Amino acid sequence: MNMLISRLIQAATVALLVGAATFAMMRSLPGDAAWRIAAGRYGYDNVNTAAADAVREELGLGGHWFPAFVQWMGDLLRFDFGVSLVSGQPVIAEIGHQLGASLWLALAAIGLSLLIGPPLGILAGLRPGGWLDRGLLVVSTGVKAIPQFLMALILILILSVQFGWLPAAGYGAGRHFILPALALALGLAAVNARIARDAMASIAAMPFYQFAQWKGLSRRQVLWRHGLRNVSVPLLTYLGLQFVMLVEGVVVIESIVGWPGIGHALVHAVFARDVPMVQGTALMLGLGFVLVNALIDLAVTRIDPRGAR
Amino acid sequence: MTTLANNPPLNMPLGRAIGAVVLALVAGFALLGPVLVPGDPFAQSLMKSLAGPDAGAPFGYDHLGRSLWHRLAHALRLSPAIALAAVATAGAAGLVLGTLAAARGGWVERVLVILADALMALPGLLLVLIVLAIMPGTALGFWAGLSLVLWVEFFRLTRAATRATLASPAVQASRLLGFRAAYVFRTHLWPEIAPLMLTAAAFGTATAIMGIAALGFVSVGMRAPTPELGLMMVELLPYWREAPMALLTPVLATFTLLLGLTLLAGGQKQ
Repeated sequence: MNMLISRLIQAATVALLVGAATFAMMRSLPGDAAWRIAAGRYGYDNVNTAAADAVREELGLGGHWFPAFVQWMGDLLRFDFGVSLVSGQPVIAEIGHQLGASLWLALAAIGLSLLIGPPLGILAGLRPGGWLDRGLLVVSTGVKAIPQFLMALILILILSVQFGWLPAAGYGAGRHFILPALALALGLAAVNARIARDAMASIAAMPFYQFAQWKGLSRRQVLWRHGLRNVSVPLLTYLGLQFVMLVEGVVVIESIVGWPGIGHALVHAVFARDVPMVQGTALMLGLGFVLVNALIDLAVTRIDPRGAR
Repeated sequence: MTTLANNPPLNMPLGRAIGAVVLALVAGFALLGPVLVPGDPFAQSLMKSLAGPDAGAPFGYDHLGRSLWHRLAHALRLSPAIALAAVATAGAAGLVLGTLAAARGGWVERVLVILADALMALPGLLLVLIVLAIMPGTALGFWAGLSLVLWVEFFRLTRAATRATLASPAVQASRLLGFRAAYVFRTHLWPEIAPLMLTAAAFGTATAIMGIAALGFVSVGMRAPTPELGLMMVELLPYWREAPMALLTPVLATFTLLLGLTLLAGGQKQ
């Protein structure tokens, strides 16, 4: 219950911060914002002073900033994000469309990273100091030093330009998923693997784990019954933190491979100073993080009911 | 649960030393490179477009015939300078606010924690993008945006470390003896916090440099003709087949810089 309240406060603060930041952004736009919004609503050919004044009146753009800010936040709380200044479509509809594309990419990346990172990390953690452990440390340090956009660039040059195995950009078929998901997954796996390794090494050194081996269970059985559940707790906790890292990567990688997702839209919206779109997207990403974290907290309490947190 | 097992696989101080040496080499090149070989990062010479190295440009030329040696040296000054400025600001703010939160408690602490949590929920690049749109001047916008993102980590570390130390008998004794807050901070808190701060600063610098390069690469960060790592990569990308070495120079420079910082930070996230 306590957790729920603190998450709600967090969500409300995110909304307030995003609202304030995008309001400031709106006010700092070069040129007359009322004209730009009117143009966005009625089409560039239909804008006249009356339309611009109506918009100015409605959004309180002419007067003092405070009543305008209150109205802005009021709209935000009613989930009224307005219309995109560029496309003229309602922001909600556009985001709903893009969120799907981004979520699939994010899920593919997380899934792929979980296939690569934790198994290697667990194997390394079972024999701390072994050759796999040392090798993994070197490789994961190296991979972590490669920014995700650089990873995408390297993969594009190798997999699509050099060998022609995968399309460099595009969206639709399943094969379009592989390259961007892999670019995101490798960075995540580098972190995943280290966490799984450290957790496995500390669990394998604990008395209960060794007792399980003394009582005659095979290595495999010990790992299944006593190891994995304990390793999954720190992994899940980190998954929540990685979500932010993932979204950051998504913002950039979607732009590179032309993925019609939320990151691609965000970069374009910022470019075009399409404030309602920026606001809607930022709010979605922030609230998404709060939601994911809340879900992960719930999952962790289920896996590890000792209730440490 | 995330503590290292009894025998860490590699000697951590060794990793840190390698990181420091790598960073010193990069800084040496950025500062001394243009002194060793005089030249201009902006001077174009289309006759030399994508040409190989010569005496005036030891790394060859880019698509506009500009010396990659000099562009790289300037790029390796620009991003680290912005990153260090942002980390310094964020570190100072996080240190002050974190100590304040731990020492005062009450509503001061609650408000700061809520603010930090909310900022944690927003992707850093997103905040930087928004601040870049609000603040004119790209370097200034990057500095402000990155500071806003990075202070949270310093705040959380300082608050956690300070709270434990403030409750210790040593600090209580110090207070009973009548020592002031500044003395308590210097003798009890700072030695406790300093190593954490170094790690966080190295990670923060790496994050900032990655962010600047990533936004440069998708053309919403620095503007041409500014030499910037991400921007150089995206400019040279179309010529990767004719001049792979030209594309590789900013790529390798970025990797080396980030690797140095990752190693300096101690190889693992806390």
